[in-house]
Amino acid sequence: MTVITLEDVDRRRAWGFVAPALLWIIAFFVAPFVFMAAMSLWKREGREIVRVWSLDNYLRFFSESAFLKGLTNSVEITLTVTVLSVLLAYPLAWIIAERVPRRFQRMALILAILPFWTSYVVRSYSWLLVLSKNGVINQALMGLGVVAEPIEIASTRSATVLGFVHFFVMLLTLTIYSNLIQLSPNYRRAAADLGANAFQTFWHVVLPLTLPGIMTGAFLTFVLCIGDYVTPQILGGNNELVLPQIIMLQLGRRADFPMAAALSIILMLVVTLAYVLCARWLKIERA
Amino acid sequence: MRRLFLSSLSWTYLVGAYAFIFLPVVVLVLFSFQDGRLPVPPFNGFSKQWYEAVFADRKLMAALGNSLLVALASSIVACLLGFLAAYGLARYRLPASALQRGLLIAPMTVSYLIIALGLLAVLNALNVPLSLMTVGIGHVVINLPLCFAIIYASMGDHHINIERAARDLGANDFKVMVLVTAPMLMPSILAAFFLSVTFSWDEFIIAFLLSRFDVTLPVEIWSMLRSGLNPKTNAVGSLVFLVSVALLLILELFLFGRTRKQ
Repeated sequence: MTVITLEDVDRRRAWGFVAPALLWIIAFFVAPFVFMAAMSLWKREGREIVRVWSLDNYLRFFSESAFLKGLTNSVEITLTVTVLSVLLAYPLAWIIAERVPRRFQRMALILAILPFWTSYVVRSYSWLLVLSKNGVINQALMGLGVVAEPIEIASTRSATVLGFVHFFVMLLTLTIYSNLIQLSPNYRRAAADLGANAFQTFWHVVLPLTLPGIMTGAFLTFVLCIGDYVTPQILGGNNELVLPQIIMLQLGRRADFPMAAALSIILMLVVTLAYVLCARWLKIERA
Repeated sequence: MRRLFLSSLSWTYLVGAYAFIFLPVVVLVLFSFQDGRLPVPPFNGFSKQWYEAVFADRKLMAALGNSLLVALASSIVACLLGFLAAYGLARYRLPASALQRGLLIAPMTVSYLIIALGLLAVLNALNVPLSLMTVGIGHVVINLPLCFAIIYASMGDHHINIERAARDLGANDFKVMVLVTAPMLMPSILAAFFLSVTFSWDEFIIAFLLSRFDVTLPVEIWSMLRSGLNPKTNAVGSLVFLVSVALLLILELFLFGRTRKQ
């Protein structure tokens, strides 16, 4: 006869609490992902998906320049965006944390991230209003007599980068600010006691201490940026396709689901690689 | 002198940064009142016509209703499942609990596009028709990790004694959870709920790939973009912004404001 202890009862009950959430994630996230990974090894023939195992989709990726170009476009744009966003957001977060009087800081921060809450699709569209041929910038430039003819800004890589940077500067200002504000003032006092000037204190004390926060924010930027379809599609147009745009093309016109699956796996591998490269700086906070 | 220079440099940077951050929003909202067919300069004067056009547009209003429905339903499910899982993992010792926690937050590390593609592949293979329901399932997948993480983080050990007291006084597990734990965690549960609602309400790629005839607002706005620049799109965009800011204000005033005072 087995003895049912109180702990067994507890454990069974605990499973009851956790199981619904776990089952949901397994059924609608893990299983679909495994299915997609399997599908990336199948092939499309005509309108049918043939379940023969092969690496053809991956070989095609490395042999067709359009696919490789998509990957390099994606990586270049994402790296540019990440670096620019950190460089622009850090001073902003620093000024809010150090120069703005404390009782206005919360408001300054909320203001700085308010446009974050415009609809994602609408935010890119708003930049189109600013950047298009008869948009705000071109009309201002022509009004001032700087240029005679409207210049092409929308539908270029710069427009995509600008749209992304706008979004991620807000995100990074938030993460870097919360990092700066958590620093104990004692570090700075100690540095000042030891004779460091303001710049030396920042360079040798504050910056290294906020590096984990910067890296976490930068990694988040990288992940969100490289997987995004909306901003490049609206602002970049069809000139220089990024990987998510190519994935969507496989789904639409070509109905090539296995190729889309293979490209998604490659996208995930790039993200994993980025994670491995900056893992030692990442400090994912735990409860 | 140098100090003055540095301080004016700081303020210039601050003003410049805010100008950059607000430029597209200001342009969006300003030209939603444009009295004319193009939402670009020159500004011809104020007109409410595009807002009237939005409210008269049946497809947009249906999409708005769909968005609200999906956002509320998926957030309720995500919060409920997240709360139960957080309770189980924080209050009981389970084998492989680190693995379970990892599994529950795993979708956070994967692009929405890939989550949507995986679901689409499975739904196609099982011949499940796409609907608002499938969009909702996808939104629970992206919001459940968030809800779980927020609620789990707020389940401090100091609550355990209060729960023990309730149990000593004769409350069963269910009663403890509903009458003691949930009310104690209400600020973080509501924060998780409102964050989920804002994310789901604004989410595009999953809603785009997993819906068919009934679509949500971002997908409907996406199809409006094909007609190019249009003040009506500005008007919808401004309204969506207004709703999101209102949600944010509720969160700030009633939840974060209260927890700060405590």
